[in-house]
Amino acid sequence: MPLNAIAYETEQLAAKTSVSAPQRPIATLINVTKRYGATVALDGLSLSLHPGEVVALLGPNGAGKSTAVKLLLGLIAPTSGTSRVFGSDPREATTRTRVGAMLQVARITETLRVREHLDLFRSYYPHPLPIADILRIAQLQGIEDRFFGQLSGGQKQRVLYALAICGNPDLIFLDEPTVGMDIEARRSLWQQIRSLSAQGKTVLLTTHYLEEADALAHRIIVINKGRVISAGTPTEIKRNNGGRTIRCQTRLSREFLQTLPSVSNVEFNEGAVVVTTSEAETVVREMLLRDETLSNLEIASPALEDAFLALTRNQ
Amino acid sequence: MATSAITHPLPAATGFASTLRIFGKETKYEFLKLMRTKSFSLSTIGFPVMFYVLFGIANRNAFAGSIHIAKYMLGGYACFGLIGAALFGIGVGLAGEIAAGWLELKRASPMPAPAYLFAKCASAVGFGLIIVSILTAIALSVGGVSLTFTELIKMLGMTIVGSISFASMGLLLALVIPANAATGIVNLIYLPMSFLSGLWMPLRFMPHWLQGVAPALPTYHLSQLMLSIFGYADSVSLATHWNALLGFTLLMLGLSWLIFHRKEQNA
Repeated sequence: MPLNAIAYETEQLAAKTSVSAPQRPIATLINVTKRYGATVALDGLSLSLHPGEVVALLGPNGAGKSTAVKLLLGLIAPTSGTSRVFGSDPREATTRTRVGAMLQVARITETLRVREHLDLFRSYYPHPLPIADILRIAQLQGIEDRFFGQLSGGQKQRVLYALAICGNPDLIFLDEPTVGMDIEARRSLWQQIRSLSAQGKTVLLTTHYLEEADALAHRIIVINKGRVISAGTPTEIKRNNGGRTIRCQTRLSREFLQTLPSVSNVEFNEGAVVVTTSEAETVVREMLLRDETLSNLEIASPALEDAFLALTRNQ
Repeated sequence: MATSAITHPLPAATGFASTLRIFGKETKYEFLKLMRTKSFSLSTIGFPVMFYVLFGIANRNAFAGSIHIAKYMLGGYACFGLIGAALFGIGVGLAGEIAAGWLELKRASPMPAPAYLFAKCASAVGFGLIIVSILTAIALSVGGVSLTFTELIKMLGMTIVGSISFASMGLLLALVIPANAATGIVNLIYLPMSFLSGLWMPLRFMPHWLQGVAPALPTYHLSQLMLSIFGYADSVSLATHWNALLGFTLLMLGLSWLIFHRKEQNA
């Protein structure tokens, strides 16, 4: 299990100060089921998005992530249950003027220039952002007069991001936004997403990169087979699924460590012991009391990846 | 968490002026896209022009009774050209946009759906007019064809009618054929249909049994309407041709509507 320094954890929490107190949601799926013939894509799924939140929707392929996004975009209708965005049916045109979306698109018109794509999409919205602002936010300066077909994969993603935000929407859906981007571009898009949230905008993000969900989301909703299997802050998800690990050098025996409350696993590894527990503080206090020579202490949360695997495997 | 619906203020429905602007921009960029897509613009304009130069001009001095063959062929190739623009521009173009997910992204935006369809249709009309204008210019300059002003205006009018009619067929094709095979399938429909309706060479020069197929084809009815402008149509009444073309268009639109809704439900 990869160990992350606890300092990192604290820093992250501080960075996510705008976690919203319970507020009225601006978008909800209420007990939504969506069937395609015999296949059940969503099975009584409920979720809600609050103003200013960045929510990550995680799940293995075929879990129903895209179906949930399409329902909230009004592209499809639920078989049963309700889908509401800004209090109305997302299929209504007026709702869409406050929503932006970045979907997984193979390609868009390749023989139009970046500027022309933006000009067209801006015209759909009543209060669009100025072109110069969009180019700056999506980092398209210098390539605005290129044809879409001439762009690199990462640049194309940035154009799609620009189309999602060009109407200055209050609710933004980002489906795998950083696919094909290099690390630098990805980090800078993360910064943009954080600033959207800081402006009070709501972002629903689906991603394959768990690191991305961990770094960006105030809340993570893990779905599998069309159902919510876990929801909470990244820290909660990690803590509730696998617990934290204590790594140190100690004279305490395996047998003793295993008797401590809430310890789920003890491993000896290259002279150090790794204890997995859901109550790290209690266990450490006990260990320090019992062994004055204890040294090289580290406490870490599991990576989100491990929590995610644990969650989806148990299904 | 799932509380009852909460009403948030939504902006008032966009005004007429902004809707008009969307239609304008959508059409402008659709037309620009087609113009810049060389595989489309060169072939849809190039083929009818090349065929007319080869076969029409060669018949500049040929007459069958009172019929000037070069002028007759102008009508045929005008139809051939405008139908190609509608079927390839909309059929192949839209099939590609559906497959790539581009249409879905547009549908998720506040774009009014009629603007999208209007842009496609208007671009087909635009290309139809360009093709027919070029053909007419060739016919007048080197084909020895003479046209009255009224004939010219009626030809352009019929081009608009024909483009809109076959745009409906392009729409249906886009919904039913797979994008990666679209060009091939459209050619398989377009080329035999054009030949069998006498768009390439006058029907009277074709075997009798083949002539019997023509009335079943929409291309035939459009070409007869076009030829009637020159007084070259066959003995069937014009009302029959108009009804056939209208019926064909409504059938294509109806089927498209059905298939689109079926797809949307199964989406």
